[in-house]
Amino acid sequence: MLASLVCLGGAVALSLAAFSSSLTYFLSPRQVVAKAPAPGQNFRLGGIVEMGSVKTTLSGDKPTTSFAITDGRAAVPVTFTGVLPDLFREGQGVVTIGAMGPHGTFVADEVLAKHGADYMPKDVEEELKKSGEWDPRFGPPPNASAWNDMKVKGSGT
Amino acid sequence: MKESALSTASPARSGGWFHYLANPGRFQRIARPTLPWLAVFSLILTVTGIVWGYWFAPADWQQGDAARIMYVHVPAAWVAMAGYAALAFCSFLSLVWRHPLADIAAEEIGPVGAGFTAVCLVSGSLWGKPMWGAYWVWDARLTSVLILFFLYLGHIALIRAFDNKAHAYRAAAILALAGAVNLPIIVFSVQWWNTLHQGNTISISGGSKIYITMLYPLLIASVGFYLTFITMVVARMSAAISERKTTALLRAAAERTP
Repeated sequence: MLASLVCLGGAVALSLAAFSSSLTYFLSPRQVVAKAPAPGQNFRLGGIVEMGSVKTTLSGDKPTTSFAITDGRAAVPVTFTGVLPDLFREGQGVVTIGAMGPHGTFVADEVLAKHGADYMPKDVEEELKKSGEWDPRFGPPPNASAWNDMKVKGSGT
Repeated sequence: MKESALSTASPARSGGWFHYLANPGRFQRIARPTLPWLAVFSLILTVTGIVWGYWFAPADWQQGDAARIMYVHVPAAWVAMAGYAALAFCSFLSLVWRHPLADIAAEEIGPVGAGFTAVCLVSGSLWGKPMWGAYWVWDARLTSVLILFFLYLGHIALIRAFDNKAHAYRAAAILALAGAVNLPIIVFSVQWWNTLHQGNTISISGGSKIYITMLYPLLIASVGFYLTFITMVVARMSAAISERKTTALLRAAAERTP
Protein backbone atom coordinates (compact mmCIF):
# COMPACT_ATOMS: atom_id res chain seq x y z
CA MET A 1 0.00 0.00 0.00
CA LEU A 2 2.73 2.44 1.00
CA ALA A 3 4.70 1.27 -2.01
CA SER A 4 1.81 2.05 -4.33
CA LEU A 5 1.58 5.50 -2.78
CA VAL A 6 5.26 6.15 -3.36
CA CYS A 7 4.96 4.86 -6.93
CA LEU A 8 1.97 7.07 -7.69
CA GLY A 9 3.60 10.15 -6.20
CA GLY A 10 6.81 9.38 -8.03
CA ALA A 11 4.96 8.96 -11.31
CA VAL A 12 3.25 12.32 -10.89
CA ALA A 13 6.55 14.04 -10.04
CA LEU A 14 8.37 12.42 -12.96
CA SER A 15 5.71 13.27 -15.53
CA LEU A 16 5.68 16.85 -14.28
CA ALA A 17 9.46 17.03 -14.60
CA ALA A 18 9.14 15.69 -18.14
CA PHE A 19 6.52 18.29 -19.01
CA SER A 20 8.50 21.02 -17.33
CA SER A 21 9.71 22.54 -20.61
CA SER A 22 6.25 22.57 -22.20
CA LEU A 23 4.84 24.04 -18.99
CA THR A 24 6.85 27.15 -19.74
CA TYR A 25 4.12 29.22 -21.26
CA PHE A 26 6.23 31.54 -23.41
CA LEU A 27 9.75 32.18 -24.70
CA SER A 28 11.56 35.41 -23.86
CA PRO A 29 13.14 37.64 -26.53
CA ARG A 30 16.58 36.55 -25.33
CA GLN A 31 15.74 32.90 -26.00
CA VAL A 32 14.30 33.76 -29.41
CA VAL A 33 17.31 35.88 -30.46
CA ALA A 34 19.71 33.13 -29.34
CA LYS A 35 17.86 30.31 -31.09
CA ALA A 36 14.77 31.30 -33.06
CA PRO A 37 12.22 28.62 -33.92
CA ALA A 38 11.93 27.99 -37.68
CA PRO A 39 9.73 30.44 -39.63
CA GLY A 40 6.16 29.16 -39.73
CA GLN A 41 6.52 27.21 -36.49
CA ASN A 42 4.05 28.48 -33.92
CA PHE A 43 5.26 29.50 -30.48
CA ARG A 44 4.57 32.07 -27.79
CA LEU A 45 6.74 35.11 -27.27
CA GLY A 46 6.43 37.08 -24.05
CA GLY A 47 7.99 40.18 -22.53
CA ILE A 48 7.54 43.91 -22.13
CA VAL A 49 6.29 46.18 -24.92
CA GLU A 50 9.32 48.39 -25.59
CA MET A 51 8.81 52.07 -24.81
CA GLY A 52 8.31 54.16 -27.95
CA SER A 53 8.08 51.17 -30.25
CA VAL A 54 4.32 51.03 -30.84
CA LYS A 55 3.11 52.18 -34.26
CA THR A 56 -0.42 51.56 -35.49
CA THR A 57 -1.45 51.86 -39.13
CA LEU A 58 -4.92 51.34 -40.56
CA SER A 59 -5.10 49.12 -43.62
CA GLY A 60 -8.73 49.04 -44.69
CA ASP A 61 -10.74 48.85 -41.48
CA LYS A 62 -8.25 46.65 -39.63
CA PRO A 63 -5.55 48.22 -37.50
CA THR A 64 -2.08 46.77 -37.85
CA THR A 65 0.21 47.39 -34.93
CA SER A 66 3.95 46.96 -34.95
CA PHE A 67 5.94 47.01 -31.75
CA ALA A 68 8.92 45.39 -30.13
CA ILE A 69 8.92 42.93 -27.24
CA THR A 70 11.89 43.20 -24.94
CA ASP A 71 13.20 41.59 -21.79
CA GLY A 72 15.83 44.26 -21.19
CA ARG A 73 18.60 42.37 -22.97
CA ALA A 74 17.12 41.58 -26.37
CA ALA A 75 14.17 42.80 -28.40
CA VAL A 76 12.10 41.12 -31.12
CA PRO A 77 9.98 43.15 -33.57
CA VAL A 78 6.35 42.05 -33.74
CA THR A 79 3.43 42.82 -36.03
CA PHE A 80 -0.21 42.16 -35.19
CA THR A 81 -3.41 42.83 -37.11
CA GLY A 82 -6.53 43.14 -35.00
CA VAL A 83 -7.87 44.65 -31.83
CA LEU A 84 -5.49 44.69 -28.87
CA PRO A 85 -6.61 43.99 -25.28
CA ASP A 86 -7.40 47.01 -23.08
CA LEU A 87 -4.27 46.62 -20.98
CA PHE A 88 -1.94 46.73 -24.00
CA ARG A 89 0.40 49.71 -23.82
CA GLU A 90 4.08 50.56 -23.82
CA GLY A 91 5.82 49.14 -20.77
CA GLN A 92 3.11 46.49 -20.33
CA GLY A 93 3.85 42.77 -20.16
CA VAL A 94 2.37 40.83 -23.07
CA VAL A 95 2.34 37.29 -24.42
CA THR A 96 1.94 36.97 -28.19
CA ILE A 97 1.10 33.80 -30.11
CA GLY A 98 2.32 33.40 -33.68
CA ALA A 99 5.38 32.49 -35.72
CA MET A 100 8.55 34.09 -37.06
CA GLY A 101 7.90 35.73 -40.41
CA PRO A 102 10.49 36.89 -42.94
CA HIS A 103 13.17 39.42 -41.90
CA GLY A 104 13.18 38.24 -38.28
CA THR A 105 9.81 39.77 -37.48
CA PHE A 106 7.39 37.86 -35.27
CA VAL A 107 3.92 37.76 -36.81
CA ALA A 108 1.38 37.46 -34.00
CA ASP A 109 -2.11 35.98 -34.43
CA GLU A 110 -3.07 36.75 -30.85
CA VAL A 111 -1.87 39.21 -28.21
CA LEU A 112 -2.56 38.58 -24.52
CA ALA A 113 -1.88 41.24 -21.91
CA LYS A 114 0.01 40.16 -18.81
CA HIS A 115 -0.45 42.33 -15.76
CA GLY A 116 1.45 42.60 -12.53
CA ALA A 117 0.33 41.50 -9.09
CA ASP A 118 0.25 45.01 -7.60
CA TYR A 119 -3.14 46.32 -6.58
CA MET A 120 -3.56 49.97 -5.57
CA PRO A 121 -6.04 52.79 -6.12
CA LYS A 122 -5.49 55.17 -9.02
CA ASP A 123 -4.56 58.12 -6.79
CA VAL A 124 -1.86 56.15 -4.98
CA GLU A 125 -0.41 55.25 -8.38
CA GLU A 126 -0.47 58.92 -9.44
CA GLU A 127 1.11 60.00 -6.18
CA LEU A 128 3.94 57.47 -6.58
CA LYS A 129 4.61 58.61 -10.13
CA LYS A 130 4.37 62.30 -9.25
CA SER A 131 6.79 61.97 -6.38
CA GLY A 132 9.21 60.08 -8.62
CA GLU A 133 9.15 56.93 -6.50
CA TRP A 134 7.90 54.91 -9.44
CA ASP A 135 9.03 55.44 -13.00
CA PRO A 136 7.07 53.01 -15.17
CA ARG A 137 9.88 53.04 -17.75
CA PHE A 138 12.01 51.10 -15.31
CA GLY A 139 9.56 48.39 -14.45
CA PRO A 140 7.05 47.49 -11.75
CA PRO A 141 6.07 49.65 -8.76
CA PRO A 142 8.51 50.07 -5.86
CA ASN A 143 8.54 47.78 -2.83
CA ALA A 144 4.96 47.40 -1.62
CA SER A 145 5.78 48.42 1.95
CA ALA A 146 6.40 51.93 0.56
CA TRP A 147 2.81 52.34 -0.57
CA ASN A 148 0.44 49.67 0.73
CA ASP A 149 -0.67 51.88 3.62
CA MET A 150 0.32 55.24 2.16
CA LYS A 151 -2.08 58.04 3.07
CA VAL A 152 -3.54 59.66 -0.02
CA LYS A 153 -6.52 61.96 -0.02
CA GLY A 154 -9.59 60.25 -1.44
CA SER A 155 -8.05 56.79 -1.75
CA GLY A 156 -11.31 55.18 -0.74
CA THR A 157 -12.64 53.71 2.45
CA MET B 1 -20.26 -1.56 6.60
CA LYS B 2 -18.69 -0.22 9.74
CA GLU B 3 -21.73 0.91 11.65
CA SER B 4 -20.42 -0.58 14.86
CA ALA B 5 -17.54 1.85 14.72
CA LEU B 6 -20.02 4.72 14.76
CA SER B 7 -21.68 3.87 18.05
CA THR B 8 -21.02 6.39 20.77
CA ALA B 9 -19.99 3.57 23.06
CA SER B 10 -16.85 2.61 21.13
CA PRO B 11 -13.92 4.05 23.04
CA ALA B 12 -10.88 5.50 21.33
CA ARG B 13 -8.14 2.91 21.11
CA SER B 14 -5.43 5.13 22.47
CA GLY B 15 -5.35 8.44 24.25
CA GLY B 16 -4.78 11.99 23.13
CA TRP B 17 -7.11 14.86 22.32
CA PHE B 18 -7.14 13.90 18.70
CA HIS B 19 -8.62 10.49 19.34
CA TYR B 20 -10.96 12.03 21.85
CA LEU B 21 -12.41 14.38 19.23
CA ALA B 22 -12.40 11.79 16.47
CA ASN B 23 -15.29 9.85 17.95
CA PRO B 24 -18.37 10.28 15.68
CA GLY B 25 -20.81 10.44 18.59
CA ARG B 26 -18.78 13.14 20.31
CA PHE B 27 -18.42 14.91 16.96
CA GLN B 28 -22.22 15.05 16.69
CA ARG B 29 -22.61 16.44 20.20
CA ILE B 30 -20.16 19.25 19.42
CA ALA B 31 -21.15 19.85 15.78
CA ARG B 32 -24.94 20.10 16.18
CA PRO B 33 -25.04 23.15 18.49
CA THR B 34 -22.04 24.77 16.76
CA LEU B 35 -23.42 24.57 13.22
CA PRO B 36 -25.95 27.44 13.37
CA TRP B 37 -23.27 29.75 14.78
CA LEU B 38 -20.77 28.69 12.14
CA ALA B 39 -23.36 29.33 9.44
CA VAL B 40 -24.21 32.79 10.76
CA PHE B 41 -20.56 33.88 11.03
CA SER B 42 -19.78 32.50 7.56
CA LEU B 43 -22.63 34.43 6.04
CA ILE B 44 -21.85 37.70 7.86
CA LEU B 45 -18.13 37.65 6.97
CA THR B 46 -18.63 36.54 3.35
CA VAL B 47 -21.29 39.18 2.70
CA THR B 48 -19.26 41.91 4.48
CA GLY B 49 -16.11 41.09 2.51
CA ILE B 50 -17.84 40.95 -0.86
CA VAL B 51 -20.03 44.04 -0.34
CA TRP B 52 -17.01 46.00 0.91
CA GLY B 53 -14.90 44.81 -2.01
CA TYR B 54 -17.49 45.38 -4.71
CA TRP B 55 -18.99 48.69 -3.61
CA PHE B 56 -16.63 50.46 -1.22
CA ALA B 57 -13.03 49.41 -1.94
CA PRO B 58 -11.21 51.56 -4.49
CA ALA B 59 -10.91 50.46 -8.11
CA ASP B 60 -7.49 49.23 -9.21
CA TRP B 61 -5.08 51.64 -10.97
CA GLN B 62 -4.41 49.19 -13.76
CA GLN B 63 -7.44 46.95 -14.11
CA GLY B 64 -10.15 49.32 -12.90
CA ASP B 65 -13.35 47.67 -11.67
CA ALA B 66 -12.47 44.31 -13.24
CA ALA B 67 -10.00 43.69 -10.39
CA ARG B 68 -12.98 43.40 -8.02
CA ILE B 69 -13.42 39.81 -9.21
CA MET B 70 -10.50 39.04 -6.91
CA TYR B 71 -12.78 39.32 -3.85
CA VAL B 72 -14.40 36.06 -5.02
CA HIS B 73 -11.62 34.50 -7.08
CA VAL B 74 -8.78 34.65 -4.54
CA PRO B 75 -10.75 33.36 -1.49
CA ALA B 76 -12.20 30.54 -3.63
CA ALA B 77 -8.70 29.58 -4.81
CA TRP B 78 -7.32 29.57 -1.26
CA VAL B 79 -10.19 27.47 0.06
CA ALA B 80 -9.91 25.06 -2.90
CA MET B 81 -6.26 24.42 -1.97
CA ALA B 82 -6.79 24.35 1.81
CA GLY B 83 -9.72 21.97 1.25
CA TYR B 84 -7.48 19.62 -0.66
CA ALA B 85 -4.84 19.82 2.08
CA ALA B 86 -7.56 18.87 4.58
CA LEU B 87 -8.63 16.00 2.30
CA ALA B 88 -5.05 14.73 2.12
CA PHE B 89 -4.69 15.03 5.90
CA CYS B 90 -7.90 13.05 6.50
CA SER B 91 -6.72 10.46 3.98
CA PHE B 92 -3.49 10.09 5.92
CA LEU B 93 -5.41 9.57 9.18
CA SER B 94 -7.68 7.13 7.39
CA LEU B 95 -4.78 5.06 6.03
CA VAL B 96 -2.69 5.05 9.18
CA TRP B 97 -5.24 4.87 12.02
CA ARG B 98 -8.45 3.87 10.18
CA HIS B 99 -10.36 6.64 11.89
CA PRO B 100 -14.02 6.33 10.87
CA LEU B 101 -14.45 10.09 11.24
CA ALA B 102 -11.54 10.74 8.89
CA ASP B 103 -13.22 8.53 6.28
CA ILE B 104 -16.48 10.43 6.62
CA ALA B 105 -14.64 13.76 6.43
CA ALA B 106 -12.78 12.68 3.28
CA GLU B 107 -16.03 11.60 1.65
CA GLU B 108 -17.74 14.90 2.46
CA ILE B 109 -14.85 17.29 1.72
CA GLY B 110 -14.72 16.16 -1.93
CA PRO B 111 -17.91 17.74 -3.33
CA VAL B 112 -17.47 20.97 -1.31
CA GLY B 113 -13.84 21.37 -2.39
CA ALA B 114 -14.76 20.67 -6.01
CA GLY B 115 -17.42 23.38 -5.77
CA PHE B 116 -14.95 26.00 -4.54
CA THR B 117 -12.45 24.97 -7.24
CA ALA B 118 -15.18 25.43 -9.86
CA VAL B 119 -15.94 28.91 -8.48
CA CYS B 120 -12.22 29.72 -8.69
CA LEU B 121 -11.95 28.50 -12.30
CA VAL B 122 -15.12 30.22 -13.53
CA SER B 123 -14.42 33.55 -11.81
CA GLY B 124 -10.83 33.45 -13.07
CA SER B 125 -12.04 32.79 -16.58
CA LEU B 126 -14.44 35.75 -16.42
CA TRP B 127 -11.56 37.89 -15.15
CA GLY B 128 -9.15 36.67 -17.83
CA LYS B 129 -11.30 37.65 -20.80
CA PRO B 130 -11.38 41.43 -20.22
CA MET B 131 -7.82 41.70 -18.83
CA TRP B 132 -5.70 39.17 -20.71
CA GLY B 133 -7.93 38.83 -23.75
CA ALA B 134 -8.64 35.11 -23.27
CA TYR B 135 -11.01 33.04 -21.14
CA TRP B 136 -8.50 30.24 -20.86
CA VAL B 137 -4.80 29.69 -21.52
CA TRP B 138 -2.79 26.55 -20.83
CA ASP B 139 -0.21 28.12 -18.54
CA ALA B 140 1.16 26.29 -15.50
CA ARG B 141 -1.06 28.03 -12.91
CA LEU B 142 -4.34 27.51 -14.73
CA THR B 143 -3.49 23.97 -15.76
CA SER B 144 -2.45 22.91 -12.25
CA VAL B 145 -5.70 24.29 -10.79
CA LEU B 146 -7.66 22.40 -13.46
CA ILE B 147 -5.79 19.25 -12.37
CA LEU B 148 -6.85 20.03 -8.77
CA PHE B 149 -10.45 20.13 -9.98
CA PHE B 150 -10.05 16.74 -11.71
CA LEU B 151 -8.42 15.28 -8.58
CA TYR B 152 -11.46 16.32 -6.57
CA LEU B 153 -13.80 14.80 -9.18
CA GLY B 154 -11.75 11.59 -9.28
CA HIS B 155 -11.85 11.34 -5.49
CA ILE B 156 -15.64 11.93 -5.44
CA ALA B 157 -16.15 9.14 -7.97
CA LEU B 158 -13.67 6.69 -6.46
CA ILE B 159 -14.85 6.91 -2.85
CA ARG B 160 -18.40 6.09 -3.99
CA ALA B 161 -17.45 3.40 -6.52
CA PHE B 162 -17.05 0.37 -4.21
CA ASP B 163 -19.67 -1.77 -2.48
CA ASN B 164 -17.13 -2.44 0.24
CA LYS B 165 -16.63 0.92 1.94
CA ALA B 166 -13.31 -0.08 3.50
CA HIS B 167 -11.85 -0.64 0.02
CA ALA B 168 -13.33 2.64 -1.20
CA TYR B 169 -11.80 4.65 1.64
CA ARG B 170 -8.39 3.08 1.14
CA ALA B 171 -8.33 3.58 -2.66
CA ALA B 172 -9.60 7.15 -2.40
CA ALA B 173 -7.10 7.96 0.35
CA ILE B 174 -4.20 6.79 -1.83
CA LEU B 175 -5.48 8.95 -4.68
CA ALA B 176 -5.86 12.00 -2.41
CA LEU B 177 -2.36 11.63 -0.94
CA ALA B 178 -0.68 11.14 -4.31
CA GLY B 179 -2.54 14.17 -5.65
CA ALA B 180 -1.20 16.33 -2.82
CA VAL B 181 1.97 16.71 -4.93
CA ASN B 182 -0.10 19.15 -6.96
CA LEU B 183 -0.54 21.65 -4.11
CA PRO B 184 3.03 23.05 -4.01
CA ILE B 185 2.98 23.01 -7.81
CA ILE B 186 -0.05 25.32 -7.82
CA VAL B 187 1.50 27.66 -5.26
CA PHE B 188 4.92 27.92 -6.92
CA SER B 189 3.82 27.57 -10.56
CA VAL B 190 4.01 31.33 -11.03
CA GLN B 191 7.64 31.33 -9.84
CA TRP B 192 8.90 28.14 -11.47
CA TRP B 193 7.58 28.80 -14.98
CA ASN B 194 6.73 31.73 -17.20
CA THR B 195 2.99 32.07 -16.81
CA LEU B 196 0.37 34.46 -18.08
CA HIS B 197 -1.14 34.45 -14.61
CA GLN B 198 0.49 37.09 -12.41
CA GLY B 199 2.67 36.24 -9.44
CA ASN B 200 1.54 36.04 -5.82
CA THR B 201 0.26 39.32 -4.35
CA ILE B 202 -0.19 38.25 -0.75
CA SER B 203 2.90 37.15 1.09
CA ILE B 204 3.18 36.24 4.73
CA SER B 205 6.92 36.84 4.97
CA GLY B 206 7.31 39.95 2.81
CA GLY B 207 4.95 42.85 2.23
CA SER B 208 1.70 42.24 0.38
CA LYS B 209 1.56 44.07 -2.91
CA ILE B 210 -1.94 45.37 -2.34
CA TYR B 211 -3.25 48.62 -0.91
CA ILE B 212 -4.61 48.34 2.60
CA THR B 213 -8.24 49.26 1.81
CA MET B 214 -8.26 46.53 -0.82
CA LEU B 215 -6.52 44.04 1.46
CA TYR B 216 -9.09 44.27 4.31
CA PRO B 217 -12.15 43.20 2.29
CA LEU B 218 -10.06 40.48 0.64
CA LEU B 219 -9.04 39.04 4.00
CA ILE B 220 -12.57 39.29 5.42
CA ALA B 221 -14.04 37.56 2.37
CA SER B 222 -11.36 34.89 2.70
CA VAL B 223 -12.17 34.16 6.35
CA GLY B 224 -15.84 34.07 5.28
CA PHE B 225 -15.08 31.57 2.53
CA TYR B 226 -13.02 29.37 4.88
CA LEU B 227 -15.84 29.36 7.45
CA THR B 228 -18.37 28.60 4.71
CA PHE B 229 -16.28 25.62 3.65
CA ILE B 230 -16.04 24.38 7.26
CA THR B 231 -19.79 24.88 7.78
CA MET B 232 -20.66 22.92 4.65
CA VAL B 233 -18.29 20.06 5.45
CA VAL B 234 -19.39 19.80 9.09
CA ALA B 235 -23.08 19.89 8.08
CA ARG B 236 -22.51 17.15 5.49
CA MET B 237 -20.51 15.04 7.97
CA SER B 238 -23.19 15.44 10.62
CA ALA B 239 -25.89 14.38 8.14
CA ALA B 240 -23.79 11.41 7.00
CA ILE B 241 -23.27 10.21 10.58
CA SER B 242 -27.00 10.54 11.31
CA GLU B 243 -27.81 8.64 8.13
CA ARG B 244 -25.50 5.78 9.03
CA LYS B 245 -26.87 5.60 12.55
CA THR B 246 -30.44 5.51 11.22
CA THR B 247 -29.55 2.77 8.75
CA ALA B 248 -27.92 0.75 11.52
CA LEU B 249 -30.91 1.17 13.85
CA LEU B 250 -33.39 0.22 11.11
CA ARG B 251 -31.36 -2.85 10.25
CA ALA B 252 -31.15 -3.89 13.89
CA ALA B 253 -34.91 -3.39 14.26
CA ALA B 254 -35.58 -5.44 11.13
CA GLU B 255 -33.44 -8.26 12.49
CA ARG B 256 -35.33 -8.30 15.79
CA THR B 257 -38.80 -8.59 14.21
CA PRO B 258 -39.64 -12.23 13.51
